[in-house]
Amino acid sequence: MKATPYLLSLPALILFAAIVIVPLGMTVALSFHDWGQYKGIEPVFILKNWREVFTDSYYGEMFWRTFRIALAVTVLTALFGAPEAYILNRMKSPWRGFFLLVILGPLLISVVARTLGWALLFGGQGGLVNKALMGAGLIDAPLPFMFTETGMIVALTHVMMPYMVLAVWAALQRLDPQIENAAVALGAGPVTVLRRIVLPQALPGILSGGIIVFTLAASAFATPAIIGGRRLKVASTLAYDEFLNTLNWPLGAVVAVLLLVALVAIVFGANRLIERRYAQVFG
Amino acid sequence: MSRNGPIALLYHALFVIFMIAPIVVVVWVAFTPEGFLSFPTTHWSLRWFYAIARYPEFIAAFWQSLGLGALSSAIAVAISVPAALAIARHRFVGREAFQALFMSPLMIPNVVLGIAFLRFFTQIGLGGTFIGLVLAHIVIVLPFALRLTLASAVGLDRALEHAAVSLGASEATVLKRITLPLVLPGLVSGWALAFINSFDEVTMTVFIAGPNTATLPVRMFLYIQDNIDPLVTSVSACVIAVTVLALVALDRAYGLERLLVGRGRDGR
Amino acid sequence: MAFLELETLSKAFGTHRAVDGLTLGVEKGEFVSLLGPSGCGKTTTLQMIAGFVEPSGGAIRLEGRDLLAVKPAKRGLGIVFQSYALFPHMTVAENVSFGLEMQRVAAAECTKRVGDTLELVGLGAFAGRYPRQLSGGQQQRVALARALVIRPQILLLDEPLSNLDAKLREEMQIELRQIQRTVGTTTILVTHDQGEAMALSDRIVVMNNGRAEQIGPPHEAYERPATPFVASFLGKTNLVNGKAVRPERISFAAVGLAGTVRTRIFQGNHWLYQVDTADGLLTVIRQNTGEEMPEEGATVHLSWLAP
Repeated sequence: MKATPYLLSLPALILFAAIVIVPLGMTVALSFHDWGQYKGIEPVFILKNWREVFTDSYYGEMFWRTFRIALAVTVLTALFGAPEAYILNRMKSPWRGFFLLVILGPLLISVVARTLGWALLFGGQGGLVNKALMGAGLIDAPLPFMFTETGMIVALTHVMMPYMVLAVWAALQRLDPQIENAAVALGAGPVTVLRRIVLPQALPGILSGGIIVFTLAASAFATPAIIGGRRLKVASTLAYDEFLNTLNWPLGAVVAVLLLVALVAIVFGANRLIERRYAQVFG
Repeated sequence: MSRNGPIALLYHALFVIFMIAPIVVVVWVAFTPEGFLSFPTTHWSLRWFYAIARYPEFIAAFWQSLGLGALSSAIAVAISVPAALAIARHRFVGREAFQALFMSPLMIPNVVLGIAFLRFFTQIGLGGTFIGLVLAHIVIVLPFALRLTLASAVGLDRALEHAAVSLGASEATVLKRITLPLVLPGLVSGWALAFINSFDEVTMTVFIAGPNTATLPVRMFLYIQDNIDPLVTSVSACVIAVTVLALVALDRAYGLERLLVGRGRDGR
Repeated sequence: MAFLELETLSKAFGTHRAVDGLTLGVEKGEFVSLLGPSGCGKTTTLQMIAGFVEPSGGAIRLEGRDLLAVKPAKRGLGIVFQSYALFPHMTVAENVSFGLEMQRVAAAECTKRVGDTLELVGLGAFAGRYPRQLSGGQQQRVALARALVIRPQILLLDEPLSNLDAKLREEMQIELRQIQRTVGTTTILVTHDQGEAMALSDRIVVMNNGRAEQIGPPHEAYERPATPFVASFLGKTNLVNGKAVRPERISFAAVGLAGTVRTRIFQGNHWLYQVDTADGLLTVIRQNTGEEMPEEGATVHLSWLAP
């Protein structure tokens, strides 16, 4: 067996072994350590933190909120992003390329800047949309947005939307455009074509996009931090709190490990499901 | 391909408005002449852009992000090239496992990576240092660099190298005259994509950046935690402007779709 | 001793014997084709001569010297790859001059030889173009020019015409033969197209399962096939009572084997018939002389000379 490929992969392997596998292992170990305000981190092996997270309902609520938000974001991006990808697909260039740039471009713009925009649009009294709506007499009080779950969902949907559009777009690109024509030639109306031909073929794209959006939304940090504030915590912001404010690192480590394990399990499970359903169709 | 009807186009218009509204708003507010958040209509001013000069920590953070991004992307690309060649050209035990390993940072939430790095670097004395940041960013951007260098390596017809050898070229010459020039576009775009991801990264960086090594997104984030005033919008506007320019350039040179998906919009 | 000698050349991939004891001698200036179906070992043989695949056994000698001891870069062979393998980032002229560069040929002589070779393949005006600006046929000629300009001892062609459409392929076959006659380079062509092999070669090597089933001039292999495989691979053949009879040898006569025309297909310069007879379904080919020919369903009598 030739040594070449192993030698070539060596730099990356060393990097990953040292900087990924070891730290992750240390984090898991950290979750079992003890912590006190004055003694700091004590490297022992106890289940105190794990017990706390599993028994205190605060954490259960927080995780439930995290995944609830992620699910809502996933559904919303799929609902609104898939049709947009389809519409984009049917455009002619140069419009197609231009709008693709406009919709996918925000992916590369700082998430802080994007979230800031939402705060400006809806934030309290000063929010643009609120001011306009109140000025037009449509509402009396500003729509609650900042520090609400709804606000987080809307802002996260915006941040994650490009991922969904991208995934559905990629799936649609692989389709043979003649398939739609074949269905029309056989007498199918436009709605039937959409429902029976396009949607089933776009579905794998929607599902894989959904997985990406869900994991990113569940582990999002900046947007929930800015919109949710100090009261409405999700997994990432809670971990941040523990690590940088309270300094109870072991407890924070538990939250992080739980989040990782939950997401990995969900991703693998969902992938399995998709593969099993679509393997026979798409080989 | 059938055209979009009026309903579809209306939906599309609303969708686009939804997508760009927050960004437009940020840039708009940045031009306010007032001392507080407001939406300038009659008067515009650059005062908040000039104000950035009074906050050296933002300027320092900008250079920090720039240097960090450039360095970590370059190293990530350099590491990814031999790995890409190994994966693209050889069948060996562990090939799929290696590829999954190198792509794994995409699957691990950045917040978990941030925590892991924080713990690790503190233990080995690299807490809050620039070196720690670089190492962490290399890991985060490597999957992006690898994806593109891999696509380049796979797209390189082996016959080209055989042809060069049959015409008398030595291994070094083949590398210099044939292989490298042909993978270079992939390497450059790999670097560009890696850079953009590093520049924007905040979730992981906020855990491991120290007060002296804060990057721009981290500075912006911390500032917003305390107050939202037009200063952070003008900083954001600058970041947005630079990103948009880079985006257009990248799209012209390489194709944004190819960068993000791996295949161009006309099947290139 | 032949110019190029392959002596019991073998290559095994695991348990699969891709090339199995191939022995062949090629004379200087000869045009030899390795002909056979996919997987018969012809491309593997070429790759072993070129040096990109190491033989499992046997020897290759060029002018008496052991070629296997020479690195691929130093073998001085001209290769035209199936995909042409033109360097996309270099112009036509740069592609063709690459081999001369490697040989450190002086610039002036280089330019002259590149120009002459491009003229030879009919692409003199295209020197500044890039491969992606050329048609398939033009790219193929650049690949040929690139291989010829270095004055190789042997020219190796790996299915060079398979990517071209039928008409272009025919034209290129004629041109290829003319160029080879002009330059006089010893040439080995790999192809699965028996018509192409017979048209171009001085001798053909019909290969199957890694072995050479027949080596000889095209005419001889066609008229006197050594094995049933060769008989069926070269052209069409009928098996009548255990004897092979070529379709073009059968004519419609007043007396002979009785049969009914099942299918009749017009192919321009000849008619292709399938006739049901007591001895089985026979294929008959008759040249188009402008005469009236039997139609489908007609009763006919087939006659031919016993070989």
